[in-house]
Amino acid sequence: MSLPFVFDFTLRTVALGAAVLGIVSGTLGTYAVLRGQSLLGDAISHAALPGIAIAFILTGVRSPLVLVLGAAAAGWIGALLVLTVTKRSRIPYDAALGLVLSVFFGFGMVLLTFIQRLPSGNQAGLDTFLFGQAAALLPRDVAVMAGLGFVALAATAAFWKELKLLSFDREFGASLGLPMRALDVVLTSLLVLAIVIGLQTVGVILMSAILIAPAAAARQWSDRLGQIVLLAALFGALAGVTGAVVSASTPRMPTGPTIVLCAGAIVLVSLLAAPRRGLLAEAVRVRRDRRNLRELGVLEDLFTLASQHPDPFHPHASVVLRTMTSDPESVEPGLEGLSRRGLVRLVRLVEGDGWALTDRGLEDARREFVGWKGRADRAATGADGSGS
Amino acid sequence: MTPQSEIQLIAVLTALACALPGAFLVLRRVSMLSDAISHAILPGIVVAFFLTEDLNSPLLILGAAATGVLTAALIETLSRTGKVREDAAIGLVFPILFSIGVILIARYAGGVHLDVDAVLLGELAFAPFDRVAFSGIDFGPKALWVMGVILLLNAAFIALFYKELKLSTFDPSLAAALGFSPALLHYLLMGAVSVTAVGAFDAVGSVLVVALIVGPPATAYLLTDRLAYLLALSAGLGAAAGIAGYWASYLADASIAGSMATMVGIFFFLAFLFAPNQGIVAGFRRSRAQRRRFAQHMLLVHILHHENTPEAARECHPNHLQEHLRWNEDIAHVAIRSALRDGLIEPRGELLHLTESGRQLARVTMVA
Repeated sequence: MSLPFVFDFTLRTVALGAAVLGIVSGTLGTYAVLRGQSLLGDAISHAALPGIAIAFILTGVRSPLVLVLGAAAAGWIGALLVLTVTKRSRIPYDAALGLVLSVFFGFGMVLLTFIQRLPSGNQAGLDTFLFGQAAALLPRDVAVMAGLGFVALAATAAFWKELKLLSFDREFGASLGLPMRALDVVLTSLLVLAIVIGLQTVGVILMSAILIAPAAAARQWSDRLGQIVLLAALFGALAGVTGAVVSASTPRMPTGPTIVLCAGAIVLVSLLAAPRRGLLAEAVRVRRDRRNLRELGVLEDLFTLASQHPDPFHPHASVVLRTMTSDPESVEPGLEGLSRRGLVRLVRLVEGDGWALTDRGLEDARREFVGWKGRADRAATGADGSGS
Repeated sequence: MTPQSEIQLIAVLTALACALPGAFLVLRRVSMLSDAISHAILPGIVVAFFLTEDLNSPLLILGAAATGVLTAALIETLSRTGKVREDAAIGLVFPILFSIGVILIARYAGGVHLDVDAVLLGELAFAPFDRVAFSGIDFGPKALWVMGVILLLNAAFIALFYKELKLSTFDPSLAAALGFSPALLHYLLMGAVSVTAVGAFDAVGSVLVVALIVGPPATAYLLTDRLAYLLALSAGLGAAAGIAGYWASYLADASIAGSMATMVGIFFFLAFLFAPNQGIVAGFRRSRAQRRRFAQHMLLVHILHHENTPEAARECHPNHLQEHLRWNEDIAHVAIRSALRDGLIEPRGELLHLTESGRQLARVTMVA
């Protein structure tokens, strides 16, 4: 794998392009996801299609910069329309998104059928913009992607603090006198930029997933914006490079879908395996908490028995403990767990087995329950100790 | 029937079938689920096709519809974990399922009738060639029958559950309190959307299903406040977009489905601008009228306050108003002209005087 990867010119171009795409969309996708605008990217990328077609019709050339500018202009208008319609009418946000994405896309298809009948239309190959074609990436495409990507990343870094405020506490930012609406426009424009960078590789249909997936995955691993952005960029690049290289070196393997599946796998792994937020970690935590609570309950009951007996270390039958709790089935496993931790011990007697507190068990139970019990009892009798 | 009228009939039936469940999607703010479902049913169709090896099998529709409901359930499950928001969950689930479908087609179904362009765009123009025939008698295009049946199913679903849908859409907590299961209704609705999307897939493709599901109801939502009218208007607008789109594509020699979506967009934009109550123009007019009325009342109160006082010569002179009320010249002119027209003031010599009705209105305004 590594040899052709280094030496094959096409594969190197493809990998480079996909890496740029992944880094930029991972970074800006983070903001979209954090701000609850995950699906705005979907509308923007679909809306870009007529822009690509119009740019081609007007110039007649398939120059990457021209097409990207057309895509960006149309995507930007699409985003603006979504925001205007939502603000100026009672149409809900999601309906505005659905409308803009499907209508722009439909109009784009009308234009594409128009282009197909132009003399220059056949070599336009604009339908690669539907699902993307990594193998078709040329060095000049990658150069445009890298240039625009650099602009997007530099702007994100330059406005780091402002964008953070915009995403987490808009009102506070406004109260500091920051132009929040202008920043909103800047961030949306950067999102548009990130999307048009990826269009040729991933295609308009699936581009939004490349925005959302790395960010959603990165979110599981950290609570800090800086770390999330870095991780999302990393995940984006990983998904982009893996997907694009697999697709470019496998026949009949469309690029966009392959990259999306790679990104999806990263999300799945993150959802399951992230250290604190992950579902596995959560399941382990829940189990442990449940076990601790169960053992604590049994220890308390045993302590209650012990404190009513002249000898605190006197063994008590588990049958007695079973009568003291609402969940008798928890008694045996609770005792097992406590004895593993050395807090109780099993005492075998002629009249039957019993469980007794150990020294450490008594000490733990005193620390755990006496203060609390004392407080609870005082609260119950309405006295506060000093007065009685 | 000529192929032309057959295509138009299919377009209209598709638009009607989409608009009915679409109205509830828009009102319940889950429009984007139609986008998700219309994409995510693709692997269902493909897998069902591999199993039956028959593109005409009704299993295809069932398989795809099941995938659609599964998609809605997956999105729900994912957002329930609290790890990702609902919109991100939508944006994650459907591209992954759609990608699986596209890859399956590209790798294993090359050369078969299933191809990716048809998935996105549908081929309404070819629909009249695929016909239903029994013992040599032609019963018309298959798509006509499929969409007709789906339309009937949707209409029956909405007619049967009209009350329940209405209540759970506008007041979900009351619906739950009265014992209607919101989850059951939600999934029934998703099932209807899935079946519709599968049926419409062939005709208009997955992206444009969204235009027909979301567009006409959103347009109607700007035109009416009543659910029954909303449903009727959505259906009418959808059908109109279907026919107008067909003729536009005929004139421009372009994709039929694309033209229909464009028409949906044009209709919406017109309503957005010119809807009688909700439109931008109406809103603009309303606020201008309000501003004018307010200025008029200010003027009346001002004159009432100063008439028969020594300052009247200055305060009630039209040229001094802008100074005393801190108005710019335009507003002052507008206020004076509209008050004159309504007979609320009259000029006497240099000064403005209240008429009887003007004085009354000024007093009422003061009290209010």
